[in-house]
Amino acid sequence: MTPDIRVQREDFDQGHELSKFSARNPLSGAICSFTGQMRDFQGHDRATGKIITAMELDHYPGMAERQLQDLTREAQQRWPLDDICIVHRFGVLKPTEAIVFVATASAHRGDAFAACEFLMDWLKTKAPFWKKETGPGGTQWVEAKESDESRAERWQSRS
Amino acid sequence: MNILYFAWLRERIGIGEEAVSPPDTIQTVNQLMDWLSQRSAGHAAAFADRKLIRAAIDQIHSNHSLPITGAKEIAFFPPVTGGLA
Repeated sequence: MTPDIRVQREDFDQGHELSKFSARNPLSGAICSFTGQMRDFQGHDRATGKIITAMELDHYPGMAERQLQDLTREAQQRWPLDDICIVHRFGVLKPTEAIVFVATASAHRGDAFAACEFLMDWLKTKAPFWKKETGPGGTQWVEAKESDESRAERWQSRS
Repeated sequence: MNILYFAWLRERIGIGEEAVSPPDTIQTVNQLMDWLSQRSAGHAAAFADRKLIRAAIDQIHSNHSLPITGAKEIAFFPPVTGGLA
């Protein structure tokens, strides 16, 4: 099945996405999904103590879709997958809203799990999206984490 | 060719997009950054630290030493930070 890839401003319901994805893959025994959501900081980021009141995602229209398509092709070459769905938001995000949804369908759970994790790890280092946080001190762009780079690199050494 | 800027590069330069015609002597992404840096103080500030900058030639991630010959669209941006928050 051609992967279902969407880059959108609108919020989405992860439960609805998962139901639709399962329904369009009745012959797959294993459906695996991942949802990334904006934490409800309740005023403070647990890790840093920073106050964050809003989050905005900038993106490169055109290249974002293209990169996600390339990632799904790479996943399909590595694992026997029946289908893939990726939904990624841009624009203003509110706490507890979903940012990204990835789902994989396969005959066996091992392939579905691995491909889903691979897609998330690669997406985080290759898909052109940038986060900006707003707090009382103003807004600032979130810096990329080295841990994300090393998570993505694992998949290169494995192949 | 069309140049695109994202995230803090766009904010420092003050625009998200500009059409430019660099001379033939500008052949790589690095040389293009040198050349663009001369356009304004904002450009110079944005391109000051090359380690923080990623480039895409016609929407494909590209390193700074690659040739830009024939490119229609070149984008500059910081390392990506999508996914969960």
